[in-house]
Amino acid sequence: MRDLSSDLPVRLEGVSLRAGATTILDRVDLSIAPGAPTLIVGPNGSGKTSLLRLCMGLATPSEGRISWGGRDALRPGRLAMLFQRPVMLRRSVADNVVYGLAKAGLPRKQRMARMEEALSRVGLLELASRPARRLSGGEQQRVALARALAREPELLLLDEPTASLDPAATRAVEEIITMASQSGIKVVMASHDLGQVRRLAGEVVFLVRGRLCERAGASDFFDRPSTLEAAAFVRGDLVI
Amino acid sequence: MLNRRLFSAFAALAFLTASSFSAVAQDKSIVVASTTSTQDSGLFDYLLPLFKAKTGIDVKVIAQGTGQALDTARRGDADVVFVHAKAQEEKFLSEGFGVKRYDVMYNDFVLIGPKSDPAGIKGTKDITAAFAAVLAKQAPFVSRGDKSGTHSAELKLWKEAGVDIDTAKGEWYRDIGQGMGAALNTAGAMNAYVLADRGTWLSFKNRGDLEVVVEGDKRLFNQYGVMLVNPEKFPTVKADLGQSFIDYLVSDEGQKAISEYKIDGQQLFFPNASRDPS
Amino acid sequence: MSDSLSAWELIISGDATLYAIVRLSLAVSLSAVAIAVLVGLPLGAAVALTRFRGRTALIVLLNGFMGLPPVVVGLTVFLLLSRSGPLGVFGILFTPLAMVIAQALLVVPIIASLSRQTIEDLWHEYRDELTAMNVGAAGRMATLLWDSRYSLLTALLAGFGRAAAEVGTVMIVGGNIDGFTRTMTTTIALETSKGNLPLAMGLGLILITLILMINAAAWGVRVWSEQRAG
Repeated sequence: MRDLSSDLPVRLEGVSLRAGATTILDRVDLSIAPGAPTLIVGPNGSGKTSLLRLCMGLATPSEGRISWGGRDALRPGRLAMLFQRPVMLRRSVADNVVYGLAKAGLPRKQRMARMEEALSRVGLLELASRPARRLSGGEQQRVALARALAREPELLLLDEPTASLDPAATRAVEEIITMASQSGIKVVMASHDLGQVRRLAGEVVFLVRGRLCERAGASDFFDRPSTLEAAAFVRGDLVI
Repeated sequence: MLNRRLFSAFAALAFLTASSFSAVAQDKSIVVASTTSTQDSGLFDYLLPLFKAKTGIDVKVIAQGTGQALDTARRGDADVVFVHAKAQEEKFLSEGFGVKRYDVMYNDFVLIGPKSDPAGIKGTKDITAAFAAVLAKQAPFVSRGDKSGTHSAELKLWKEAGVDIDTAKGEWYRDIGQGMGAALNTAGAMNAYVLADRGTWLSFKNRGDLEVVVEGDKRLFNQYGVMLVNPEKFPTVKADLGQSFIDYLVSDEGQKAISEYKIDGQQLFFPNASRDPS
Repeated sequence: MSDSLSAWELIISGDATLYAIVRLSLAVSLSAVAIAVLVGLPLGAAVALTRFRGRTALIVLLNGFMGLPPVVVGLTVFLLLSRSGPLGVFGILFTPLAMVIAQALLVVPIIASLSRQTIEDLWHEYRDELTAMNVGAAGRMATLLWDSRYSLLTALLAGFGRAAAEVGTVMIVGGNIDGFTRTMTTTIALETSKGNLPLAMGLGLILITLILMINAAAWGVRVWSEQRAG
């Protein structure tokens, strides 16, 4: 049965995005439904970030149509997005999470408990009173995850959240993402790190120059790529 | 937490503001437009507390040049004018801005100059001859240039010396457009002559090399007059309170107080009130 | 204030006139800054967060008005408040309120301009995140104002410095009335014209000390709370 209050599936039909003369996304058809994590891969400039921003409602398509759970507008608070560089408000770690909860409309009385739960989930409860902007990049990304997950979203969009993190921090972030996915949150994540894609992906969406080049289950994508570009990408060759 | 701190800061500010403004805001007060000479000489500091003790009226003095003080009154921004340039005052009366003019007191102007006395005029009693000598020697001379009573007096003296200052002025003649104190500071800094009222000169602290070079000429006589601003022109004028101030100045008590104001034992102002307005 | 005393003797002896003057100066300038904050911050935030025709012109205007000549502002306020002027009926010329109004006019462009810049910069950083968190227009403004509070404090101090150091406007609209509208700066001007240069200089040093103390206190608050909030 389809949940009528759900924003899923997010469906893109013939979506193009242009900035001036440049085509960023070219007639993309894509449906994002509950299930294992979807990894959006592709070289830099292939349109991964734009695709996520469109799904989040931060950009509007130049052509085509996007719908959320069959509606033309997304319902506030059911989607969350993590950016490549987390934006920490000039407040304590705890207040960053509480801020997100307040804006999601959670009653004041429940915020503290939910904040503590979210921070312990990402292993940062002991840093709750520290200024968020003084944390390391990895810690900031975990605070951003706590802030996003505390809102109990249906869909979590992540734009290369580990791109500038070291392996230990990357592992911590990936563990949280896996946990979130296992708890039923649909994860859509952009990445150009093949190892990460292998570790996390349930399915892979492969973009080249703004076109959806290939979409497949993770094992099919790596073992039997159906396009030349995907095969080259999987081999580690340069794809432009 | 922070909000409460912010609130207390605002509360403290509001209190500070309210207390500083109300401590000095009195309903029984008048605004007197007067001259820098009466203020800078310290006369008001001496006289106003006496008046306040007697009547409970606060006098707020705006010290400007005579011309500017009369303009302030012409805009209705003062209740009383207390100045020293009879021709300008009579014009003010004839325009209907003032009610009546009372003589209050006089002092005299003195010509101040450097001890080196480049024009060689020290000790002369003839002020117009001294002015002519300053011109002849092109000795530096500072003019108020601000339409004040002293400026009017200076211009009158040039005319009486047979000098058309507009054509005669050159680099030696420094028109500064400022008050008496500023003119004295300027003269001190460039060893120039300057016409000053005796009151301001006596209370002036930064004399440096300056001294009195000419005094005692009858033409240096400096009469002060006081007028109530016409309440028919400006209904906001506090006529009763203003008239009390005028009455006090010309009363025996006020006249005696004026004569008793001294600096270093020297009397600055000489009361000569006319009970009957001119 | 007795002329024979030096400024330091006045401080040490707790001269009542001196303290009244200092208090009036602070009250006038702080009130002016408070009013300017109430007007300037929302104005700056609104210009930072909205796009409209003539926005660039308004920004240039606000930046330019940071350097408004005090004497012109003073004259304008004087003409407005004079009994013969359009606002003459209120009778506030030559009162502390007139000085507050004039100083507030000087400070509003400083606060509006600097806060506009600060808030716009922060908005570029926060835009996606706040939009993703579904924060409405009012919430955005509140969040940006709160999160740029330390930078805005600098704008406030710049405004206060301008107000407290200024003599041209308060002389014209306040009238330098003894015990009523005489501030630190007009007292300094007056004592200078009386040739009482040591006292004038001493008062100037007191004024500078006060401004430094207020800046140091604000800086301390900033460092202290930045350590707590980042």
